[in-house]
Amino acid sequence: MSVMRILIVEDDSEAAYYMVKAFREAGHVADYVGDGLDGYARARDETYDVLIVDRMLPKLDGLSLIGNLRAQKILTPVLILSALGQVDDRVKGLRAGGDDYLAKPYAFSELLARVEVLARRNRPGLGEETVYRVNSLELDRLAHRLTRDGKEIQLQPREFRLLEYLMKHADQVVTRTMLLENVWDYHFDPQTNVIDVHISRLRAKIDKGFDPPLLQTIRGAGYMIRDGSR
Amino acid sequence: MALGKLFRTTVFKISLAYLAVSAVGAGLVLGAVGWNMEHLIDTQIAQTIDTDITGLSEQYAQGGIRRVVNIIQKRTRRPGARLYLVTTAAGEPIAGNIVSLPPDILTRPGLVETAYQPFGDTGGKHRALARNFVLAGGFHLLVGHDLAEGESLRHILGEALLTSLLWLVVIGTLGGLWVARRVLNRVDAINANAQAIVAGDLSGRLRLTGTGDELDRVGQNFNAMLERIAILMAGLKEVSDNIAHDLKTPLTRLRGGVEQALRSAKSPEDYRGALEKALDESERLIQIFDALLSIARAQAGAGREGMIDFDAASVARDVGELYEPVAEERGIVLAISAEPGLFLHGSRELAGQAVANLLDNALKYGVPEAAGLGPDRASAQAPKGTVELSARRSGGNVEFVVADRGPGIAENDRLRVLDRFVRLENARSRPGSGLGLSLAVAVARLHNGSLRIEDNEPGLRVVIRLPAAPVRREPRAPLALPQPDKAA
Repeated sequence: MSVMRILIVEDDSEAAYYMVKAFREAGHVADYVGDGLDGYARARDETYDVLIVDRMLPKLDGLSLIGNLRAQKILTPVLILSALGQVDDRVKGLRAGGDDYLAKPYAFSELLARVEVLARRNRPGLGEETVYRVNSLELDRLAHRLTRDGKEIQLQPREFRLLEYLMKHADQVVTRTMLLENVWDYHFDPQTNVIDVHISRLRAKIDKGFDPPLLQTIRGAGYMIRDGSR
Repeated sequence: MALGKLFRTTVFKISLAYLAVSAVGAGLVLGAVGWNMEHLIDTQIAQTIDTDITGLSEQYAQGGIRRVVNIIQKRTRRPGARLYLVTTAAGEPIAGNIVSLPPDILTRPGLVETAYQPFGDTGGKHRALARNFVLAGGFHLLVGHDLAEGESLRHILGEALLTSLLWLVVIGTLGGLWVARRVLNRVDAINANAQAIVAGDLSGRLRLTGTGDELDRVGQNFNAMLERIAILMAGLKEVSDNIAHDLKTPLTRLRGGVEQALRSAKSPEDYRGALEKALDESERLIQIFDALLSIARAQAGAGREGMIDFDAASVARDVGELYEPVAEERGIVLAISAEPGLFLHGSRELAGQAVANLLDNALKYGVPEAAGLGPDRASAQAPKGTVELSARRSGGNVEFVVADRGPGIAENDRLRVLDRFVRLENARSRPGSGLGLSLAVAVARLHNGSLRIEDNEPGLRVVIRLPAAPVRREPRAPLALPQPDKAA
């Protein structure tokens, strides 16, 4: 993952401090401002890969900030961070122009994974190919066909979507909630580790009997498809 | 009651407005009547004058001027007679009861209104309607009619108008005050009632008169509002009670673990272990907190505005598919059946979560006892049980049914498990917050539905019954959000 420039707009300075520190430890550049007006000015005047915006901010609330940016045709991806985490809050946030929504309290690994996905999404052409390739694994999105080492592998439709999402974000950490949101379109927290079971099933189909293993578990964060041989 | 307050009431202002309109109306009516009567009288006068002139000119034709003079002299002696004047062609008076006239009157044709001076009366103003006729010999014959009659009529009418307006104002004002007072009394009663309720016990309700009039309807709505507030308050209170009661337990654990580590940890590994445990514990707290919030919001009816039509069958299939590998891993056969075309109006997300919770429970607790308790026994063994998930139509309702072949729930425990945090004895040792069913109940109620627990003979069957969407339309895309990474 290349270095990202991130602007954090958050009025809780301690939470912001943790975030800035954690992003820097992960090798990114993170700036922080404490209110909505400053956030708007910085986001307008400087180039960032991703904005992280709290919803409740002094001077200018997060949704208005995003609305103003979008009205100025500034399309930097925005992740909304909010204590309001219900489905309707999320809908409001995304309607206001946010690109992703994460409820507080969050795990940093979740935030990092989502920010990295958002940052990369903005690079042109990425993820739009009709065939995704990782090592010898080839997923043809149009033909709905999956092969590894040229051998066809049969997947159920949902498994196909799961793998498609993972491969679209190859070399990026994808969390369990991201999978649940994007593959199943649900936002609740299943009490059982349902996603893990789906992943191990998928892993048995695409990695078993092949080398190297591509579908990796990132401890404490999620999963990643990565060409381990490189 | 302060009069000023009475005058400020809407009812009184409306009364005044009505009064003004009525006064203008009465004025117009009486004015029209007066004008019409005057016109009628004038017409009649003109007719009699014409008849008189015709008669006299006939007499003149038969008996000459002397005869006319005789008749006029006879007539003018009677009281209340008409006005007559006969002059020579030069204007010298010959006979009549008029002393003076404006000099031009004998030259003006047609009916004219004029001032005149009657015989034997030197003062006062008299007006008459008169007509001049020139007889064949050049004599002028003037016949007139005094207008005093018409004037007194106008006077009477004017007075009548004035008195009636006066009465109208008096009666209108008093009536307005009376009506305003009556309405004000009732509004004051409602206000006092409402203030007492707001200031004190919210369970109080407005007293209604039962007549179903507009004030009663206002009262009914006010009561409905109070009802809603009471429900919301109760929900809030329950949540805070539960937070107080049930979040404190894990918080105590969290705190205890941290204290223990601070007291006796020796190595960095010890600290790391304690921190990891604390992180896990806080994760669990967040889960419980989220679940409680979801329940409270569903109970309070929040998120109703975001409701859409969605396909219940696809919810059952999606959630079933989500849990299917888990079931397989545990050696449980999950049978999913869904009738097509079952539409619900509501939150697909919440419905999905409710069904997921039921399924989660069934997979956790719905294993036949004989097959062993541990969910981690090798799946290579023969299937340990069957769980059925179905979505079906039942009259005007859609039912989600989750049925297992496990030990079930004793009849006297069935209502109790719907409460928050209730975990039956044999579930205590397994992970879970005890909120799954409560959320399912809250979701069912949010959708005006219900949840019931039945005996599956053997096993447990939980049924969420929700009213089907009133109009079956093509479902809109469930939660049509601009997902950042929707697989294309």
